[in-house]
Amino acid sequence: MTAPPSPARRRFLCVALTTTGALLAGWRPLRAEPAAADLPLELLGDDLTTLGPYVRIERDNRVVIGAPGCEVGQGVITALPMLVAEELCVDWSQVSVVQLPYGYTQGSAGPVNRYGHQGGLPANLAEDWHALREAGAQVRARLLAAAAREWNLPAAGLRCEAGEVIAADGRRATYGALAKSAASLPAPRGPVALVPPSDFHIVGTPLGSADALDIVTGAARFGIDEYAADALVAAITRCPFPGGTLARYDDRAARQVAGVVDVISFAGPKPDAPFDGVLAAGVAVIGSSTWAALRGRQELDVEWMPAATPAESTAALARNAQALLDGDDPGLEVRRDGDVAEARREARHLVEARYQSPFLAHATMEPPGALLDLAGDRARLVASIEDPDAASELIARMTGLPRGAIAIELPRSGGSFGRRLRTDYVAEAVLLAKSVAKPVKLMWTREDDLAHDFYHPPGLHALSASLDRRNRITGWSHRCAAPPRTWRSTPLKGRPPNAGILEPDVFPAGLVPNLELRFHPQASDLPRDPGLGTYGAFQAFAVECFIDEIAIASRRDALELRLELLAQPLPATPGHLSPLDRARLIDVLGRCARRIGWGVPRTDGHGIGIACHAALGSFVAHGFEVSMHGDALVIHKAACVADIGSVVNPLGVEASLTGGTLASISDALHGAITTRDGRVRQAGFKDYPLLRMAESPRRMEVEIVASDAAPALAMHSIQPGAAPALANAIFAATTVRIRKLPMWPELVRMI
Amino acid sequence: MPRTTDEPASPAPARLPPEPLPITINGKPYYHDGDPAMPLLWFLRDRLRLTGTRYGCDDRSCGACTVLVDGKATPACSLAMSDAAMHEVTTIEGLAGEALHPVQQAWIEADAVLCGYCQTGQIMAAVDLLKRKPRPREEDLATLSNLCRCGAYPRIRKAVLRAAELLREPK
Repeated sequence: MTAPPSPARRRFLCVALTTTGALLAGWRPLRAEPAAADLPLELLGDDLTTLGPYVRIERDNRVVIGAPGCEVGQGVITALPMLVAEELCVDWSQVSVVQLPYGYTQGSAGPVNRYGHQGGLPANLAEDWHALREAGAQVRARLLAAAAREWNLPAAGLRCEAGEVIAADGRRATYGALAKSAASLPAPRGPVALVPPSDFHIVGTPLGSADALDIVTGAARFGIDEYAADALVAAITRCPFPGGTLARYDDRAARQVAGVVDVISFAGPKPDAPFDGVLAAGVAVIGSSTWAALRGRQELDVEWMPAATPAESTAALARNAQALLDGDDPGLEVRRDGDVAEARREARHLVEARYQSPFLAHATMEPPGALLDLAGDRARLVASIEDPDAASELIARMTGLPRGAIAIELPRSGGSFGRRLRTDYVAEAVLLAKSVAKPVKLMWTREDDLAHDFYHPPGLHALSASLDRRNRITGWSHRCAAPPRTWRSTPLKGRPPNAGILEPDVFPAGLVPNLELRFHPQASDLPRDPGLGTYGAFQAFAVECFIDEIAIASRRDALELRLELLAQPLPATPGHLSPLDRARLIDVLGRCARRIGWGVPRTDGHGIGIACHAALGSFVAHGFEVSMHGDALVIHKAACVADIGSVVNPLGVEASLTGGTLASISDALHGAITTRDGRVRQAGFKDYPLLRMAESPRRMEVEIVASDAAPALAMHSIQPGAAPALANAIFAATTVRIRKLPMWPELVRMI
Repeated sequence: MPRTTDEPASPAPARLPPEPLPITINGKPYYHDGDPAMPLLWFLRDRLRLTGTRYGCDDRSCGACTVLVDGKATPACSLAMSDAAMHEVTTIEGLAGEALHPVQQAWIEADAVLCGYCQTGQIMAAVDLLKRKPRPREEDLATLSNLCRCGAYPRIRKAVLRAAELLREPK
């Protein structure tokens, strides 16, 4: 739970007293130059200071904690303030949470976000947590010092509890009463002791979302809910052909629609240029209301020109993938251990299978959108985004404004799954706001969202295993043909084309003596998600289904086969699963097997399936129990066991594990973006279905393994194991092996 | 807060203005004097700033915009103002009285949040279901067709069952 802060990230505490007598405690990066108006209004109350605050203690002992980061459903708005509250020694019932904005400050080593980590995702969760705990601990030390001075007692003899300082003789003072005195004290010298984990009373306890009341009353503000500055509303029709251009348009009818103010066209990115602005060419209708903009857009008459390349189609891409894996081109070597060809020659049995996955969309419930007010020498952005650094940099680049003049508010986001790490929709808002010289609120419709995404790339995976006469796996070949994530994308510059699609260190790499991974990059024009997180990654699906196929072909227990692979005494190859990591994966597998009833003889026709995944310090196993009920698939039970290191809010993590499991099987059962004649065919949830209540598991069990290991971003490991566990369960129930996603149409076809 | 609709939503239309359409929202009377084809969703959001009713799609398939029209769960994205006129609409903002509605209370107890975007629509759909099915069975829960991309269904299921209990408790 502890992590030494690196010197570059050290910050110092500033405190001040507001005119109402509240203690305002801020935490500012060392060497950041103070700016005049850099205080988030959310915490300012009635005072003006130059602090970057985290905590405000009111005289009546209410505590307001500013939540750093972007809440997209992962629960940081609750978990991060919990760390501060823990060290502050207050009761959670005293605490209210407000979302902090993006806090741009120019530090000597470059831009610094005063209130959170840099970039879209935390680079080091342990460091971030440590900084928040230190913030809380330093405020507590001040309050202790204030009480010590008031009572003329040594601070060492005092303790803090539930927002009070308590002396050995029973005297008590609330934090609120000590606020004034604490604000006038000099900073505590030296490091302040943190609360030992054994004394935690908030961290590690399951707490509901800090803003649940706002969620259920409709008061919570998402990006789309912002109506400030009486912004005009923009709806854009975009070029449906990736890389295509605007041939001609007629906006006369659109301009006749009541409320339409303007029509503006703009170009898309140049062929092969990175996607660092808008995603596609477009014609925007600007109106006085959402309906005016949408109605106006319906009246546009636009002709688009496809890019010069032959029109892309899903069918042709799949044929090309098969041809690549059937052909003589060896492709790119991703990893080679031992001699796979030799193992194949020596093999007693060979097991081979191919698995195929489609393009996937993010399909966040709240579609992309942004409200941008460019008022002379300042800009204000309100949008559901997850990488405010990138948005700030983009607005500065497009407007010429200094970054210090760009304010970014971070409302709640209606899901992200990586979509909100991209800033294409912010770029559109900048273009339009500049053109009309008025604040603009950009609306994306569902149709826009499905047709213009950075899709998870599809792939065809060919696996082959060599078994010796005792059915041990002696050789493992995994070849994949797929459009890379890296194409045209700046964030992945310099990464190999297999990055995020066929990774060299995924199970069972390092555990089979002869192993070869090879990659065949395919050409595609569809924008791809450059995120390397394993969300939507298909490699684990192929591997975890294939392990089951090997087990069945060699008449062995699929769980035992996994455990045997993980337990063998082969020296771990550097950079792959260490013996300790393997022990953690074995542990979650075993726990999950018990929860889902693995190995228990069944007579009810239900099938059990299991799978696991390890990534970046997190270890997750999934189990499913399913049956076919008429022509419907019933998921009787799902189990998810995760070891993701230290956990702040178990209830929030349980939500993430449940949600990640269901989002994964939603994609696997139904998700497919397809193209014909160069354009995406899906336009709504009717042709891009998501999982519904009727299909979701009737029982869901989640277990979080207690751990004091370093915290890990669970997002990298929650998703990948769920879909193969479901496929394995479907096989157990039906003897139908699904090797092509989405599963549901395959299952219908094969049954 | 709801505003009266004296001022036009948009610059004066070119043709004769249509007859103002009366509508009751959360117990208050309003008139709509713009395009009668405009979906109720945009009247609620753009005009009244009742933003708890959310946009998710345009074809009744996601339920993020679910409101009660004369007590019945209805997607506001696909209900033209001309069809909504003369009816009584309840949005999430009008659900609670002095205390939270039991369904809202159950949602907090189950911590059915995740990203939270769809939950207002889920709550409105559950209110309608529990009026018709005070003791919902598995097949009744299966009729809840609102989409949740985050996959909060197990918590929503728990919340609906808890709400059913709360609604049965003597007041």
